[in-house]
Amino acid sequence: MTTTLAQQPAASAAPNQAPVVGHSIPAEKERRSTTATLAFLRAAAARAGSGLWKAAGILAFLALWELGPTYLASPSTRVFLPPLHEVLAAWGKLFESGTIQGHLAASLTRSVTGFGAALVAGVSLGLLIAWYGRLNSVLNPLLELFRNTAALALLPVFTLLLGIGEESKISIVAYAAFFPVLLNTIAGVKTVDPLLIRAAKSLGLSSLALFRKVILPSAVPTIFTGIRMAGTASILVLIAAEMVGAKAGLGYLIVNAQSSFLIPDMYAGILTVSLLGLAVNFLLVALERHFSRWRTAVGAGS
Amino acid sequence: MTAKISLRSVTRQFVVRPARGSKASAKEPTTLTALHSLSLDVRDGEFLTLVGPSGSGKTTLLDLLAGLSTPTSGEVLVDGRPVTGPGKDRAVVFQQYALFPWRTASANVSIGLEGKGPDGRKLNRRERAAKASEYLKLVGLAGFEDRFPHELSGGMKQRVAIARSLAYEPDVLLMDEPFAALDAQTREQLQDELLRIWRATGKTIVFITHGIDEAVYLGQRVAVLSARPGRLKEIVDVDIPDRDGEDDIRSHPAFVEQRHKVWTLLHDEVRLAQDAGHRKILPDGTAPDEAPAAAGTHESTLERSAA
Repeated sequence: MTTTLAQQPAASAAPNQAPVVGHSIPAEKERRSTTATLAFLRAAAARAGSGLWKAAGILAFLALWELGPTYLASPSTRVFLPPLHEVLAAWGKLFESGTIQGHLAASLTRSVTGFGAALVAGVSLGLLIAWYGRLNSVLNPLLELFRNTAALALLPVFTLLLGIGEESKISIVAYAAFFPVLLNTIAGVKTVDPLLIRAAKSLGLSSLALFRKVILPSAVPTIFTGIRMAGTASILVLIAAEMVGAKAGLGYLIVNAQSSFLIPDMYAGILTVSLLGLAVNFLLVALERHFSRWRTAVGAGS
Repeated sequence: MTAKISLRSVTRQFVVRPARGSKASAKEPTTLTALHSLSLDVRDGEFLTLVGPSGSGKTTLLDLLAGLSTPTSGEVLVDGRPVTGPGKDRAVVFQQYALFPWRTASANVSIGLEGKGPDGRKLNRRERAAKASEYLKLVGLAGFEDRFPHELSGGMKQRVAIARSLAYEPDVLLMDEPFAALDAQTREQLQDELLRIWRATGKTIVFITHGIDEAVYLGQRVAVLSARPGRLKEIVDVDIPDRDGEDDIRSHPAFVEQRHKVWTLLHDEVRLAQDAGHRKILPDGTAPDEAPAAAGTHESTLERSAA
């Protein structure tokens, strides 16, 4: 959003420059440069236009947030729903004092550790289960049971067993992120095109080579879908866990601000959580796209 | 001449489950005979084409030759040795190309070279790329090394697949309706290319098709299979002038005559197969056309279609 908006002033500055430069050079060249500038302008305008449309929803929401509490809400509601500029001011103050960075760092450390552990365990166990059919039939009912138990329902158990320190939070994040990764890894391996397996076998590939060169690469896009889902799940669960019992972290910040009646601070925390979620998702989508270029291109190409 | 490939009374049966939706009493799995006591010799360096109606076990036969499955009874010999599994002496070209979509054309061609070669030596990356380029050039795709399969047309994909199977230098090329998915023009072009490659490399080729024209045009001999269960009905020797792609061989009297001969042989079998409603056995092991009472023997299938 910000990049497309930033392009506009740059684009409008361009036509002023072009004739000035073109003064000394032959008219032919000048005309060419103006048409080129015009084409560039038009493209930039189109890009900015589509960017504007995309941004319109968000801008409208922000405007409503800014103006709504002041003009529409009753004074008592206004206390619990401060306009945007107050929230941003609170965020700025929290940022200056380093409070928000501290909480963000605490949350990130937990989610990255738990997510990383889930990734390693989920992918490797998923590959094992998919490869050994017997293991699958033994573990599948059990996995089905655990998967359908909401991770947060187990939070008290984790807290009782591991205390209210870091271990319980990292564990619950790992638990929540583990299942999407595991199940997508299994699905990815199982849905490999049987024709490709036949082809690989006819090429004389050994089981190990078949796994490494055919099954794994063709499962990668599905595995990454699981990783992206796990990323969302890990943040969700982490914030909830921090709200229940923690001394730092964004979830703690939000709940603590609420109970201290620092309402703008609470919204600043919420805003940070949503930006963090966006950033994580953006990063994982980019990674997913990078690793499954050949597959997305198949859809677009034919 | 010596027999490169030798099938000795090969029978292959499958256990099939009836398709969903059939009667409740029909839940018992039944045996289905895809190939029945088939014997066939392929000479060294021969181009043999194989035609048969749908469900006559053409692909089953190819799987047996490739070592992807084993016969229920009988023997499959290559160079006098029984086939126990896939080997580097044979290569398969599939109808749906079966290229690895995450690999470039060059990497697809060189996948068969990544293991140890026949001399026990591993080729390094540059040697493999050089060999891949060599074979891509042979199939007329020089300069397409870095393209991904989704960037290639159907004909080009099949060329890559042919290059892939040639690259590790097998003696035998097994082709399962490789040109069936291509448009007529591309198909004719690739047929001529294949003949050129066959002449240049001297491979033994077993080529499965359901196109009579294609079978007669390409093959030195055409083996005609019967309707299910597949038996060898007859082998037609094709004796037509050199197909160098210059003349319109397809309208040559000899071609027309032999095409008609194969057509007549196949015609009755195709009708039998159609009446019985034969279709492929699905990958999940069900055969949608097989009522359990009629499965197994040819005779009962006939009765059912007569009733």
